[in-house]
Amino acid sequence: MAVNTIWVFAEAFQGKPLSGTLELLTKARQLGGTVEAFYAGGDADAIAPQLGAYGATKVYTTGDLGDALLGTPVAAAMAAQIEAGNRPDLVLFAMTYDGRDVAGRLSAKLDRPVLTNGLDIAVDGDVVTVGTAIFGGNTLVTTAYKSDPPFLAIFRPKSFAPEEGGGATPEVVTVDVPDTGAAGAAKVLDRHVEERSGPKLDEAAVVVSGGRGLGDAEKFEMIEELAKLLKGAPGASRAIVDAGWVPYAYQVGQTGKTVKPTVYIACGISGATQHMVGMKGAKNIIAINKDKDAPIFSIADLGVVGDVHKVVPKLIEALKARG
Amino acid sequence: MRAMNVVVCVKQIPDPASPGQLDPSDHTLVRQGKLILDDSDAYGVEMGLRLAEAAGGGEVTLVSMAPNSEVSGLRTALAMGAAKAILVSDDTLKGSDALSTAKVLAAAIQRANPDLVLAATESTDGYTGTTPAQVAELLGWPSVTFAKHIEVTGGAVKVDRQTEAGYDQVECPLPALVTVTAGVVEPRYPSFKGIMAAKNKPVDELEVADLGLSPDQVGWSGARQAIIDVSAAEERKAGEIIEDEGDAHERVVSYLEQLKVI
Repeated sequence: MAVNTIWVFAEAFQGKPLSGTLELLTKARQLGGTVEAFYAGGDADAIAPQLGAYGATKVYTTGDLGDALLGTPVAAAMAAQIEAGNRPDLVLFAMTYDGRDVAGRLSAKLDRPVLTNGLDIAVDGDVVTVGTAIFGGNTLVTTAYKSDPPFLAIFRPKSFAPEEGGGATPEVVTVDVPDTGAAGAAKVLDRHVEERSGPKLDEAAVVVSGGRGLGDAEKFEMIEELAKLLKGAPGASRAIVDAGWVPYAYQVGQTGKTVKPTVYIACGISGATQHMVGMKGAKNIIAINKDKDAPIFSIADLGVVGDVHKVVPKLIEALKARG
Repeated sequence: MRAMNVVVCVKQIPDPASPGQLDPSDHTLVRQGKLILDDSDAYGVEMGLRLAEAAGGGEVTLVSMAPNSEVSGLRTALAMGAAKAILVSDDTLKGSDALSTAKVLAAAIQRANPDLVLAATESTDGYTGTTPAQVAELLGWPSVTFAKHIEVTGGAVKVDRQTEAGYDQVECPLPALVTVTAGVVEPRYPSFKGIMAAKNKPVDELEVADLGLSPDQVGWSGARQAIIDVSAAEERKAGEIIEDEGDAHERVVSYLEQLKVI
């Protein structure tokens, strides 16, 4: 068996496909075979042209699922297609909140394993392997599926570069959503969108992050000011998110955002492995930390052993003086 | 008010402070030495205790799967206030993948018959992050992942669920499974009294056969994935390190200029 058909669980926000979705469509196209998207939402017709441009030749949609949390109904709809004989060899998910829910539930429904935290995927004849990194990224592991297909895999953001393939607008096919009973009873009552100004953390060319070394929550203002001066986005370590200094949306790391900016400036961050996983893909890393033994210095291109409360304000003044 | 029985799935892991290792012969995580309670599970334990207290009755039961009848991590959670534990420990479990683990946990949870199951969003050592959704699907229950706030009212659980854009308010009927983020609640430290009491709290140790699972569903024989290669990642090298003598910001500015960021 080679890989003939690949499904990508497609997600969109405000009518625009997520970057992770476009990354996976691009990779799926490169693997060969037929690429199809599986989308949950009432606006499949509107986003189909963009999914097609990145490689989808067909878009399955559940239609509008109303206030249902996506995991259960989408997994049930996928499983129903597969059980009816519409069988993909591979189903790819981006590592999003809903992506993980759908993949986990589909895995249990089909009794197939799901490989997670993927950074790469390869097909060699009958063997499909997924590459992941462990121990904070210092060890690469290649895992092969031993089950029958479909093979399920979840990929970390930015594992592949999205590239348009110039495909036509795909056919949109509405699929049945089986009754999921109690398992599908979770309902979204309300959605809160937290407003942020400036570039998005995972898209910014410059990211300035603060950690425990800032000392207290108010000092995060200087991180925001420095980020603004560099037209970048402020980020944070898990320690100060857990401490409640900044919202979770700022978190860079294993459980937060993966960023790959041109410059990452870590201020008062020691460099726990779970933080490094999210930022070691930055092209250039500047670290400012009092502790000369902080692990962050082992990956920094420019390390400043010094007090963030002294270095950062002077840096801000110097940048302001440049106008 | 009705009593609220909560199962908290907890994992006992090698101390994350010491560097992780893979066994070169079978590529499993080396779990020698004392295992500790995964930090991320302390939030679920605390949340479970508070929900049982708020309901005015009920208790927290821990469910864990571990090699060699390991209980040191469980004792930490029992010392926080959990009433008892179910530990599935069996030689045949070695090599279990996430789905096999989910089958074991789901079967153990069913024995406890809880109103609510809490778990961390992912473990600190393996971090596949799919086991909770798999458990919920196997139980046929609704699930809400990435909770940053939880309330139980009238047979339903209300959760503020983390999203890309902010958070969603989600409601679902009990029984249900909820995964909690670190922000959900501040875990208590076990008191001396709690630590002493934990020594005598019941730990029900089960084997795979006790759960009605066959040995070929778990461990190496049940795993449908195999690590075929392990290699060292290309190391990022440390670059220039300078000590701040009051002018380090100037070097940062010139570096940013060099990168054409400014």
